[in-house]
Amino acid sequence: MVISNKPLRFIIATLVACLPLISFANPEMDSVKVKTEVAHESAEAAHAEPTDVKSKIKEFINHHLLDSHDFTLSVNEETGEHYGVSLPIILWDNGLQVFLSSKFHHGEEIAEHNGNYYVLHHEKIYKTQADGELTEGENGFPTNVRPIDFSITKSVIGIMLVSLFMFLLFGSLAKSYSKNNGIASGVGRVFEPLVLYVRDEIAIPNIGEKNYKKYMSYLLTIFFFILFLNILGLMPLGFNVTGNIAITVSLAILTYIITTLTANKNYWGHIFWMPGVPTPMKFILAPIELLGTIIKPFSLMIRLYANMLAGHVVLMSIIGLMFIFKSWIGSTLSFGLAFALSILEILVAFLQAYIFTMLSALYFGAGNEEHHHDEAHH
Amino acid sequence: MDKLINDFSFGLFIWQVLIFVGLIFLLKKFAWKPILDAVNDREEGIKNALLSAENARKEMQNLQADNQRILQEARLERDNMLKDAREMKEKMVADAKNEAQAQGLKMIEQAKAAIEGEKNAAMAELKLQVSTLSLSIAEKLLKDELSNKEAQTKLVEKMLGDVKLN
Repeated sequence: MVISNKPLRFIIATLVACLPLISFANPEMDSVKVKTEVAHESAEAAHAEPTDVKSKIKEFINHHLLDSHDFTLSVNEETGEHYGVSLPIILWDNGLQVFLSSKFHHGEEIAEHNGNYYVLHHEKIYKTQADGELTEGENGFPTNVRPIDFSITKSVIGIMLVSLFMFLLFGSLAKSYSKNNGIASGVGRVFEPLVLYVRDEIAIPNIGEKNYKKYMSYLLTIFFFILFLNILGLMPLGFNVTGNIAITVSLAILTYIITTLTANKNYWGHIFWMPGVPTPMKFILAPIELLGTIIKPFSLMIRLYANMLAGHVVLMSIIGLMFIFKSWIGSTLSFGLAFALSILEILVAFLQAYIFTMLSALYFGAGNEEHHHDEAHH
Repeated sequence: MDKLINDFSFGLFIWQVLIFVGLIFLLKKFAWKPILDAVNDREEGIKNALLSAENARKEMQNLQADNQRILQEARLERDNMLKDAREMKEKMVADAKNEAQAQGLKMIEQAKAAIEGEKNAAMAELKLQVSTLSLSIAEKLLKDELSNKEAQTKLVEKMLGDVKLN
């Protein structure tokens, strides 16, 4: 019985997962922030030399979508002054090289450290000669050596902030139970229903009453981690963490590792020696099934990445429209549209966190299925 | 795809894995375990409370039914007792009446017998008296008559005359 309704759930979940691909949304809709963006974008223009507003906006959006080696809140266009915090750069290049990102002057200068020269090009650090010249390869990216970059970037700061926030929030929620006789109190209380939701609607139905407990920590952490990072991305601070491929890759890999390590005999049996099909088919099915185990987390990775990235692109483009129209009708319309999409993006933030957790739970559940399939196959 | 691979930042990946795995274990120890335990305890508590409330309700119902039954029995007993008492009363009254009647009859009988006796005695007395009186009268009369010869003869003749008439 459990089996028969799982594919259905999976299809529904997948459909829901695809929904936001049609719609979108993003952060910054605050009018103050808009000013910041203009300034920022113009600063970008200063060294990339785009002439018209359109390419300036494009440049700015591209810049926003990337991780950043400094935390810039605002830029003064005339003086080229940046308001923000420099972040530490940590490189592995024949030993650890640690210095502050202020050495790059936001990509305008060549940083010299311990006799090595580095250049910041589209938020990637390349090792160069003293003249700082980048040789462009055939695919359009510089061919210079890229030292392994362990810098505390803006995204790392975002992860740390969210982690700290989660630790404090749920730590206080946990403490409030013992203090208040089993009833939550304080700020964390707001999130108690979500914790219960993850347990009752995501973990138990997909994994089963028997095994769900060992996955709860991972599912709860990943749900709130993605949710808070998505929401952080909606705030006018310019974080785009969940829209970064490195983040979603790591989350998907963790889901894959946990599924693989905790899967039971039955799961592997279904992959390598599918019961209930003719023997030649078993040889054909095995590689397909094996590939399927990798494709599942891969789809998790792409879904979250693409949703968040697309949301940011669309919303920022619509905000950018305000500056292209420069008329009160067009700009007002753009503002209204951006506002509506921002609200939609809040929904997407919850939805993506839900889907990622839900599908992870589904995969864990598949890895823990007991051997009662036979009747379902025939 | 080239862009995607170029965008991939290995450092960020490492940071993310380190922080995230650390976060999972920290939260597991300091948040999720206590939270889920507390919530479970609470749910168990609620379940138990509901169950015991249900039991108490059932017990209450049982008690009420018992009370009802006892009351019913008591009422029945009272009715029976009342009925018995009434019957007894009626019986007693009836008995008393019968006895009184019997007694009365007996007394009347006795009285009648006594009256009869008295009457007989009185009659006997009366007869005796009358006979004595008649004898004395006859004696006196005879004495008187027999002292006078003429008168005696007259009487005999008169008597004879009566006989002749017969």
